[in-house]
Amino acid sequence: MGTAGVSASCINMASCSSLKILTLLSLFLSPTIVETNNIEAKAGQFFSSGHTNNWAVLVCTSRFWFNYRHVANTLSVYRSVKRLGIPDSHIVLMLADDMACNHRNPKPATVFSHKNMELNVYGDDVEVDYRGYEVTVENFLRVLTGRLPPSTPRSKRLLSDDRSNILIYLTGHGGNGFLKFQDSEEISNVELADAFEQMWTKRRYNELLFIIDTCQGASMYERFYSPNIMALASSQVGEDSLSHQPDLAIGVHLMDRYTFYLLEFLEDIHPSSTTNMKDLFKVCPKSQCVSTPGHRTDLFLRDPGSVLITDFFGSVRKVEITTDTINLTAPMVHLEDTRPVRELRTEIQTYMDQLPVAEIIHQKPKQKDWHPPDGFILGLWTLILLVFFKTYGIKHLKHIF
Amino acid sequence: MKLKIVFKLRYLWMFFRHRGRLAALAIAAVVIAVGVPLWWKTTETYRAWLPVAQINELAQLQLQLSVEVEVVFSKGTLTAEHQKKIPPSNTRQEEHVVDETTRLRYRYETRYRTATIMEEDALNQSTAAEADISLHMLSESPSGSVVIYVVPESSTVLPEGVSVYVGQRRTALLRAGGQMRVAVALKEVLASLETWIKQVLQVMSFSHGDITAALSDRVRPGDRSREGLADSMRAFKSSPGYEITFSLLNPDPTSHLLHWDVEAAISSYIQPLLSKMAPVANFSIDSQILYYAVLGVNPRYDPTLNAYTLNADSLSHVINPVEARLGSSAASSNPVLNFLLYVPDSRHSPLHITDHRRHTVPSNAFSSPRWGGIMVYNVNASGTELPVDVHIDMRRVMGVFLPQLRLMLGVQSAAPPPGFLIGPCGNAGLADWELDRLMWTRSVENVATATTTITSLAQLLDQIGNIVINDNIAEQVSSAVASLQLAVGQLEVGNLGLAMQYSKEAILQSERAFFDPSLLHLLYFPDDQKFAIYIPLFLPMCVPILLSLLKMASEVRQRPGQGQAKKD
Repeated sequence: MGTAGVSASCINMASCSSLKILTLLSLFLSPTIVETNNIEAKAGQFFSSGHTNNWAVLVCTSRFWFNYRHVANTLSVYRSVKRLGIPDSHIVLMLADDMACNHRNPKPATVFSHKNMELNVYGDDVEVDYRGYEVTVENFLRVLTGRLPPSTPRSKRLLSDDRSNILIYLTGHGGNGFLKFQDSEEISNVELADAFEQMWTKRRYNELLFIIDTCQGASMYERFYSPNIMALASSQVGEDSLSHQPDLAIGVHLMDRYTFYLLEFLEDIHPSSTTNMKDLFKVCPKSQCVSTPGHRTDLFLRDPGSVLITDFFGSVRKVEITTDTINLTAPMVHLEDTRPVRELRTEIQTYMDQLPVAEIIHQKPKQKDWHPPDGFILGLWTLILLVFFKTYGIKHLKHIF
Repeated sequence: MKLKIVFKLRYLWMFFRHRGRLAALAIAAVVIAVGVPLWWKTTETYRAWLPVAQINELAQLQLQLSVEVEVVFSKGTLTAEHQKKIPPSNTRQEEHVVDETTRLRYRYETRYRTATIMEEDALNQSTAAEADISLHMLSESPSGSVVIYVVPESSTVLPEGVSVYVGQRRTALLRAGGQMRVAVALKEVLASLETWIKQVLQVMSFSHGDITAALSDRVRPGDRSREGLADSMRAFKSSPGYEITFSLLNPDPTSHLLHWDVEAAISSYIQPLLSKMAPVANFSIDSQILYYAVLGVNPRYDPTLNAYTLNADSLSHVINPVEARLGSSAASSNPVLNFLLYVPDSRHSPLHITDHRRHTVPSNAFSSPRWGGIMVYNVNASGTELPVDVHIDMRRVMGVFLPQLRLMLGVQSAAPPPGFLIGPCGNAGLADWELDRLMWTRSVENVATATTTITSLAQLLDQIGNIVINDNIAEQVSSAVASLQLAVGQLEVGNLGLAMQYSKEAILQSERAFFDPSLLHLLYFPDDQKFAIYIPLFLPMCVPILLSLLKMASEVRQRPGQGQAKKD
């Protein structure tokens, strides 16, 4: 990139020859310099990001067939995140409706992100943690804050610690300051900000990347006040996020514009790429997206230019070579089989009587709940009418009966 | 006659107006006296009482850590008159202010005495390790204390160039410096000894750096050195339990038939360490064998070594594809440590790991902080009959996994200061003083985390008035506060075992209280929504009452004027 800049300025300057020699020299020298710097840089990277594991919480909040694009949005981010290395045990995927097995899906078990059915983002091994009606504001906030009932399995929990980088992606229908869940409830930006603050006080994250693809998405990150959060939205307040293109065979819009271009951007990233966040901010400019994507980095401590995409979307583990070994001298003690031998059961087992006919025939009718006799309501109304006529005069009665 | 009727009518009208006024007043009185309190009571959330005053006290954390040090002088280290004048004990205190809410005080209570005859015999052994063992058989020192034996300079029990030998239990052998010989005052002798004792205590008990690192939950880390940051990232945070999984990865079952006696290896080598660490945490171990599990990276063939190599740069991409297959049988939310033993397939044998400078790593293993370790075990599949029976040497394998496990659990072996010799850790894989060190940092960490949890919970419940506080939460908070106070008290006195226990209880209860599912704040009502709900209910009822009250008030104001006008 530096050489391109030099050659561009060369056009304007008069004495270009010395510059050309310099560029040639630098071309020869840079590989060696880069090599030694690389090792240092790699060693330095161990300490620069401060995270040891990655989590992702991907939420699609709308149901019904015509909101196919929101499920496709979430699944495309899921696919990228898995491809870049985050395992399923570290992803909490919440899909409010099942598009792949919807009756109206002409190609069952697929969710496409591009017309002409080029990319099936549903894949072979998708693991949805919260499905259908389980995707509620309450469950979402419970996952974020960790206040789940003790019976919740590990795969449905966000077990992050103070060295986790978390990616949170929300998509659906939203408005100024709220996001609609399941067509019946909504989450406000204040609640979301409070949830992130509770995560911070309990040190449940090291750094957080929040991406939202809804109408007026920028309103959702306005109220954040906890440190180390970076937020991206697909549109500003007052703007609508538009969908990309419909597919005539499937009959619905397949993706939203912002996430479509985000997926295109992420397809070029591989686990060892060094693209940083500044490139992510440039995804989907106004000319492509019609809405203006926004971002917020004032709460983030590091410079966005030094934050790698794989810090959030991938899971690049830090490794250390083991240098110490212990010389074990004690011999191994082979365990005797100390498990007690269980006594064999000797009683004869039989099946329970599957259809106890005699009981069914002779059983008494079930006690139904008591209802007042039907005439009660009629009688009540007659009483009311009589009282009415008594107070206001019996002479009106003959006009009724 | 007409006057009488008019008078009667007027009387009736005034009577009814009077009754009307009484009725309006009575209704207003009932609404205000009965209705408003009833509505307030029925719409308020149930909040059990929390010991807020004690919680606010805990926000200001003043920790005192007491260490008992015993210094034993053997024959030849002190002159006769010095021996008579030794003070029996000495207390040294160090105060540190970490930030405005956290203060630390380290208290070292040192007792001086001379060695007994049996201890002298023990110190006359040929090597330091043997001396250490014989000293242990004589006495047992309580958890958290340190015993330092001062041996004369001429003694041969310590090797050349070594000033301090740190043993397996809680003892250290310190070689007296040259100043002891010269006839100096006792105070100077003790002062020169102090510097060495300080260093020994920093190695065997805790250093200020360790304690501030443990307080990272309370204190923002700020600028920390690279080593400090790497250390803090490597070990798991204090947790009541850990799950450990040993996995054997066999990508090529057609060539290798692997036998590993993992149960015996775990019970012989790993279990003693974990049993010794039982006061710190619970452990649950399982093991598994995975077939056709490949590493995600293709190793490169290196002709100089005549082997395949995996460079350190590509190691970070090895873990992710494997992790998807590891699975987890853990039913709790405890952190999981994975130890993988990979036997390379015959096409890629032998496989060596090389570091950044392209040297092979002797242990052939690497670890990932807060995740676990992977070791590559090369086998000679030289045999005509496939698959080849391979019996894995578990001693070598555990010799690598054990130090990785120690690193993950926080038993860090920082480089000792010059002149120190750390003895081998013994059968348990963990020396007593290492356990003490871990317990010091873990108790402080637990206390710090529990106090932040409780104070942030109290703050949260204060801020959001709509959250219901059930009785069980209040109970848990109260018992957490009580355990915290007990833990801080025990740390002050120096009972490390009890302090660890109380701090664990405090953390369990505070976490349970903080993460109780009933504490979810879903009721965000902006003010305009509150008005929108109450106005349709209360306005139709209140308008007639208010209007009648206003009318009465205006009449009362007019009547004195009217009465005056009449009189005129």
